[in-house]
Amino acid sequence: MSLEQFKDRNVAQNYTFIPVDEPPVEPLDKFKQVVKRTFKGELFVGLWVVFREMVRFNIHTVKYPMEKLPISPRYRAVHKLYRLLESGNERCIGCGLCEKICIANCIRMDTRYDENQRKEVTEYTINLGRCIFCGYCAEVCPELAIVHGQRYENASEQRAHFVLRDDILTPLDFLKEGKQEEFDGFGAVSPNADERIKKTPTAY
Amino acid sequence: MSDITIKIDGKECKAKEGEYILNIARANGIFIPAICYLTRCSPTLACRICLVEADGKQVYACNAKAKDGMEITTLTENIAAERRAIMEVYDVNHPLQCGVCDQSGECELQNYTLEMGVDAQHYAIKDVQRESKDWGLIHYDPGLCIVCERCVTVCKDMIGDAALKTVPRGGEALDKELKNSMPKDAYAMWNKLNKSLIGPTTGETLECTDCGECIAVCPVGALVSSDFQYTSNAWELTSIPAACAHCSAACHLYYDVKHTSIDNPEPKIYRVKNEWNYVSLCGAGRFGYDFENRVEGKDEAAFERAVEAFKKADTIRFSSTITNEEAMILQRLKEKYGYRLLNDEAKRFQKFLKEFSAVSGQALWSGELGDIHRSDFVVSVGSQLKSDNPRARFAFNNAIKMNKGAGLYFHPVKDPVVEGFGKNLIAVNHKPGLEEAALYLILDLFGDKKTLPKDVVKYLNTFHKKGKKTVEETIKEKVVEKVTKKVKDEETGEEKEVTEEVTKMVPKKVKKEIEVELNGLLDILGAPEDFDDRMVKMLAKKEKFSIILGEDLINHPKAENLAKLAGLIERHTNFKVVVLPPKTNTLGVSLICDLDDEAGQYVVGYNAEGDFVLSASGKGDLDMPAINQQEGTFTNVDKRVVPTYVALPYKGYLLNDIANSLGVEARLTVDYTAALPEEKGFKALKFDDLPNHYTNRGEEIRGYHLENREVPADKKVKVGKIDKKEAMEGEIAYRCNPVLQFNEFTQKAHEIATDAKLYVSSEKLEKLGLNEGDTVRVKLPAGSVELAVASDKFIGGDIVMVPDFDPSIGADRLFSVNRYQNVTIEKV
Repeated sequence: MSLEQFKDRNVAQNYTFIPVDEPPVEPLDKFKQVVKRTFKGELFVGLWVVFREMVRFNIHTVKYPMEKLPISPRYRAVHKLYRLLESGNERCIGCGLCEKICIANCIRMDTRYDENQRKEVTEYTINLGRCIFCGYCAEVCPELAIVHGQRYENASEQRAHFVLRDDILTPLDFLKEGKQEEFDGFGAVSPNADERIKKTPTAY
Repeated sequence: MSDITIKIDGKECKAKEGEYILNIARANGIFIPAICYLTRCSPTLACRICLVEADGKQVYACNAKAKDGMEITTLTENIAAERRAIMEVYDVNHPLQCGVCDQSGECELQNYTLEMGVDAQHYAIKDVQRESKDWGLIHYDPGLCIVCERCVTVCKDMIGDAALKTVPRGGEALDKELKNSMPKDAYAMWNKLNKSLIGPTTGETLECTDCGECIAVCPVGALVSSDFQYTSNAWELTSIPAACAHCSAACHLYYDVKHTSIDNPEPKIYRVKNEWNYVSLCGAGRFGYDFENRVEGKDEAAFERAVEAFKKADTIRFSSTITNEEAMILQRLKEKYGYRLLNDEAKRFQKFLKEFSAVSGQALWSGELGDIHRSDFVVSVGSQLKSDNPRARFAFNNAIKMNKGAGLYFHPVKDPVVEGFGKNLIAVNHKPGLEEAALYLILDLFGDKKTLPKDVVKYLNTFHKKGKKTVEETIKEKVVEKVTKKVKDEETGEEKEVTEEVTKMVPKKVKKEIEVELNGLLDILGAPEDFDDRMVKMLAKKEKFSIILGEDLINHPKAENLAKLAGLIERHTNFKVVVLPPKTNTLGVSLICDLDDEAGQYVVGYNAEGDFVLSASGKGDLDMPAINQQEGTFTNVDKRVVPTYVALPYKGYLLNDIANSLGVEARLTVDYTAALPEEKGFKALKFDDLPNHYTNRGEEIRGYHLENREVPADKKVKVGKIDKKEAMEGEIAYRCNPVLQFNEFTQKAHEIATDAKLYVSSEKLEKLGLNEGDTVRVKLPAGSVELAVASDKFIGGDIVMVPDFDPSIGADRLFSVNRYQNVTIEKV
């Protein structure tokens, strides 16, 4: 085991400074900087494109938010946690594979040994401020418990918005109404799964 | 043993004759899969996966000894087939619950299943119901158990509890057809596997010293810590290497750290891991990890008061549970401001060491715990091993089990754990105060009489007397008997009675008086009668000797004389001597600090009593970091300076901050590592340059060894004689902690937290007419203390134990000159 990490005792202060030009102080210098930055040739290129498209009158743009495009089942928006269809129990077993595979390191879970001698997931969070919606968590999940949903409207006052378990877990009444749709995206069982697996013999 | 060369997969490997092939391969970086084998323990042959081909013959690498010129192939087509079949068998009925299993990610079953490329299962058998068991600190799930028997092996060969065994599983018999159709070794292994599970030797509950080594060695998730179960996945934890802070063994371990919960990002220690192939931990090390002192931030007001207190003080009293660097800071403060440094226990050790080296001619003792592991004759005097230094106990047991060793155990308190090490151990429960006699006996039995001082030899000879002894012998006696037989006459068919005389040899027990040489020392010690006879057998073919000397000798009214005798043993016998320092860093403190005898007017205490107290347990006037929040070094029983690292952050002030504001300046506490006194054997090495690991060969590469220098020895050694009047009679209390407890820090750790009690054996409890939980007043010459009574199943006899892990008892004061005191016990 490497001991390197213990030799650096200034972890918090270990920044590298990038040299930056001093900002102008005199009013005239400030004015000059504004003019120089504002009136570049590219500005007029942009203005011309906007004007050209405006006068053509055959717009292809969807009038969002009045209109919304249908999205593919493989679309990766805010996550959902699913329940088992029969019992209504959470599918998540707390294996921690999503936590491990997450490349943005934004998933965390708390687990404990519960009264029924099972592993219970007491809390589960995804830090959406860090999540890059790569879909690895859904793909790695052995229980199809975490999947990506279709909710892509995430405007929020907070950049680092936490998603708690209760926010993404299928509500029980919703489940009873049969509205929890099976997920076809990343990590879902392939249609020919039966042909591809080797069966384990049993002695019963 | 001679050096040999063998070839493994074409690579030339140097080894000693008689070494196991597996160990040679590991030492040379060649991979041979093995599940059931534990380095330092005996091969069990449960898994059979370490099959290799040696000179064209299939052998098991874990129990095949290497011979010169051997050629070994680690993989052939047949071996590959065997190994794959073995892994398939292990996977039969193994629950597919890796998702929730605690071992997932560091599981040997997972690893080898992938390694052998098991992608399909060919075997099946009906499973049996296997309920999980709760054994206190340890949780056993037989469903996950692969019966590799590593737990059983380590408990017997290393720890010495022998608390686990294989129990019947009650499964169906294997299909006979399989014997022909499946690989041979895989079938044999399955046949055994399907018959057994693991269970306690004492019925349903596990009765052991709770070291938890079985958890460490378990390759799967069958044995886990009850507290850790299902709280974290292995890969989420960061391992911080450290030295255990609880006793002078300062074992190498890892603190596994992760954030406390989603709400609380503060790091927390979840469990302790160890390099179980090379070092075994005791329960205090494994379960007593969360003794950190959490503080909100820097308490400036308290810090100001502390600096004021230091300016006012003339004495610093401190405990030995500090690092070498902190001891160095205290010494520097003394040099600059003339503080008196008080540490009674280290002072006694210092005196002991001084007398010892004046006789032995060496600054320190010669042995280390590794020498005990390697020796075949071990003696222990004056130490309650399982409480004082469990690693020394493991080494003692390991030597007896693995090296066909034998041992002598001298201690006033009967210890069923030590007595259970094996038949080749004589336990002598002498009276307290007669420790000198034990050391004289060692000199008498093993000392080189030619070099020993003349008067010592003379004195020893006074104990030898010719005497008579009745022995019971079995002799074969000729007996003539008259036997009457009925014989049928062949011709006539009549029956006749014929009387014949028959001579027979009949074994008979005869009592006989013979003239023998009697050793008076044995009588003084109260050794068992057959001591001499058993010693003859025990000493046959013994080559490596070592002796453990414990705290009883150091904290003793005649410590000076005992130290001299220890010095004589070091010099004039071929014993490797190991002196157990009483507390974690007693050796370091006694080498670094100039200690004083008397306190002055105003005392600052560091983890000790005082007018102003700095405390790492959070009970003082200014908080200090606990050992798991500090970096620094300890000097352990192996005379090794070992580093430890910061496992948990500490937000408050350090001793170094106080020293800085007093004008003894250093940026970091570990800047003092290179400044440790070289004249005492320390080396001028920087903390960051200290290594801290074990090699595949099993070598301990941790810190560095103190240099054991020659010191001028006294030409004329005067040693005191045994005073039989010193033997203590009556009701006796012994200052000793129960298993799992060492100090205020182990008392605080949540898994093993407990109140201090008066520990008595079950027979003594009956004699006193008390029940467990009764409160008693224990009166000692230096004061009295009220304690609840607890029965301790790991001691026997009449001596009661007063612990010192709880500082509020004030055991240091009550037992200041002797670990044994006469007491009266009254029920409250």
